[in-house]
Amino acid sequence: MANVSVDNNQSQGLPPTIFWRIAEDIPQLLQWGLMAISIIIPFFLWWLLASFGTVEDVFLPSPPQVAEAFGHLWQQGHLIQDTAASFLRVVGGFVFAAAVSIPLGIAMGTFASIRALFEPIVGIIRYMPAAAFVPLLIIYLGIGEAPKIALIFIGTLFFNTLMIMDAVKFVPKELIETTYTLGGKRWQVLFQVITPYVVPNIIDAFRINMATSWNLVIVAELVAAEQGLGKRILLAQKFLKTDEIFACLIVLGLIGFLIDLSLRLLFRVWCRWAIK
Amino acid sequence: MHLEVANLSKEFTTKEGNVSALKNVNLHIETGEFVCTVGASGSGKSTLLRLIAGLDYPTSGKITVDQVPVIGPGRDRGMVFQRYTLYPWLNVAKNVEFGLKLQGIPKAQRRERVSYYLDVVGLTQFRKNLPKALSGGMKQRVAIARALACEPKILLMDEPFGALDVQTKESMQQFLLEVWRRTGTTILMITHDVEEAVFLSQRIYVLTARPGTVKQEFQINLPENEQGARSYHVKTLSDFQRYREKITQLLRDSTVEQEVMVG
Ligand SMILES: Nc1ncnc2c1ncn2[C@@H]1O[C@H](COP(=O)(O)OP(=O)(O)OP(=O)(O)O)[C@@H](O)[C@H]1O
Ligand SMILES: [Mg+2]
Repeated sequence: MANVSVDNNQSQGLPPTIFWRIAEDIPQLLQWGLMAISIIIPFFLWWLLASFGTVEDVFLPSPPQVAEAFGHLWQQGHLIQDTAASFLRVVGGFVFAAAVSIPLGIAMGTFASIRALFEPIVGIIRYMPAAAFVPLLIIYLGIGEAPKIALIFIGTLFFNTLMIMDAVKFVPKELIETTYTLGGKRWQVLFQVITPYVVPNIIDAFRINMATSWNLVIVAELVAAEQGLGKRILLAQKFLKTDEIFACLIVLGLIGFLIDLSLRLLFRVWCRWAIK
Repeated sequence: MHLEVANLSKEFTTKEGNVSALKNVNLHIETGEFVCTVGASGSGKSTLLRLIAGLDYPTSGKITVDQVPVIGPGRDRGMVFQRYTLYPWLNVAKNVEFGLKLQGIPKAQRRERVSYYLDVVGLTQFRKNLPKALSGGMKQRVAIARALACEPKILLMDEPFGALDVQTKESMQQFLLEVWRRTGTTILMITHDVEEAVFLSQRIYVLTARPGTVKQEFQINLPENEQGARSYHVKTLSDFQRYREKITQLLRDSTVEQEVMVG
C-alpha cells in the first residue's frame, strides 16, 4: 500500500536538493539571503503587530518609538554608562573565572589524580544555580561591585572548567607518547602539547559561557546596582517605559553578538590549524 | 647499539580476566639492522613495541639497550605511530624541530638538523605547511624526519604505512629503505603485511597469537644494489616469493590452530 511509493523512490536514488543538504555548505547567495531573512522577518512582524495590532503602545512599543527611547538614553549619557558598567562586570568576572578554570580544567583533564580530587565537588556545585548565591554574596560582600563580579565568577567557573577538562580527553594518546619518545618530560607534555591542543576548545567554551555571564550580570543588577543595563531595565519598569526596556534588550543582544563575533575572530587568527 | 629482549611477558588485566599478550619473547637487534616483526592481529606486536619504547611495563622479562635496562620512554628510542602523529598546530619544519627543542638543543644546531632531515625525507619545499594540508604519506615522512632528527639509537615503527593506499605504501617503502641507507639508523618495524616485511628487512620475527610468542626467525638474503639498498626487482625473484609463501603459511597455520582452539 503505502510501501509502493517508497519502493519507487528508492529505485530512483536520493533526489538532489540544495536547501536540505546535510553537513554540506549551501551557495553563498542563499546563505546571506537566509541570514538576512532571519533578522528582517521578526523585525517586520514586530512592526506590524505594534502598528496594526490591538496591543497597546505601553505593552508593545513600535520600532520608531524604541529608536526614540534609544536616542533619549543616549543623549542623557545613560546608555554609555550603563553599558560600560555591565560590560566591565562581565569582563571582570569572566577573566577571574578564566584564570582559574584554564589551569584547573587542564590539570583535571591531564591528571586522573587531580580529577578525582576536584570532579565530585565541582559536579555538585555546578548544579547549584548561580543566581541562588546572590543573597549570600550580598551578605558577604555588600552591594558594590564585588558581589556582582563574584556572581559571574561562580556562574562561569564550573562549566568552563568541565568543558576544558573534557577537551583534554580528546588529545590523542599517540601524540603524548610520541612526545615522550622525543625526549619530552611530563611538564613539557603538559605545557607544550596538551595546552596548545586545547586552545580552540577553550575559546569555544568561552563563547558558550559568555552568554551565561550576560544573564547573570543582569540578575545581579536587578537586585542592587547604581548603574548597569539591568538597573536601567528595572527603572524603566517602574515608570512603565517599555520602549526603554526594549532598547536595553536590543543593546544586550547586540553586545553579546559582538563579543561572540570577536571570539570567533580570535579563533580564526589563533587557531588556523583547527579550522577544517 | 644492541637491543636485547629476554623472556619478555606481558599480561593485561581486564574485566573479562587476564589476557596474555606476550609470552617469553626473545629477540635482539644489532647496529644498523632493519628488522621487521610480522604477526596476525592481536599477536601482541604493538604491545611488544610499546614495551621496548618504555611506554608500558612488562609483567616479567627484561629489555636492555646497550646493556642498560629500559625503565621508561627516552629519546634513544624514536617512535612512529600509524595515526595522529603530528602536532597539528605546528608546521612541518616546527614538527621536525620539536624534539630538539624539548631537549634544549641550541638554535643554530636545530636549524641545521631540521634542514638536513627535511632534505632526507624530501619535504624541504613543504616546510611551512600545516599538517592538515599534507597527504597521509607526507605526514608519515614528517613523523619519520622528526624521530630521526633526535638521532635515536633505534627507530621503532608500528605499522607506519598501514593506513596508506597501495601506491603510496610502495613508494614509502622505497623511501624508507633510502632513508635507512643514507642515515644508517637501526630500525625495528611492525607490520602485518608479509610482502612489506620481506622487501624491507634483513631479518624477520614471526609472532603468533594467544599468547604472543616468536614462532620463528627468518634471515632474509636478497640482493642489494650498489648503494646497499633493495629495489623493486627483488619482488620478482623466486627467493622473494619463497620467503613470502613460507611466512604467510606460518601465519595461516597459527590462525587456524587458534580458531580450532577457540571453536
Ligand atoms: N591496554 C590493554 N588492555 C587490555 N588488553 C590489551 C591492551 N592492549 C592490548 N591488549 C590485548 O593484547 C593483545 C595484543 O594486542 P596488540 O595490540 O599488541 O596486538 P597487535 O598485534 O598489535 O594487533 P593489531 O595487528 O590489531 O595491531 C590483544 O588481545 C589485545 O586485546
Ligand atoms: Mg597493533
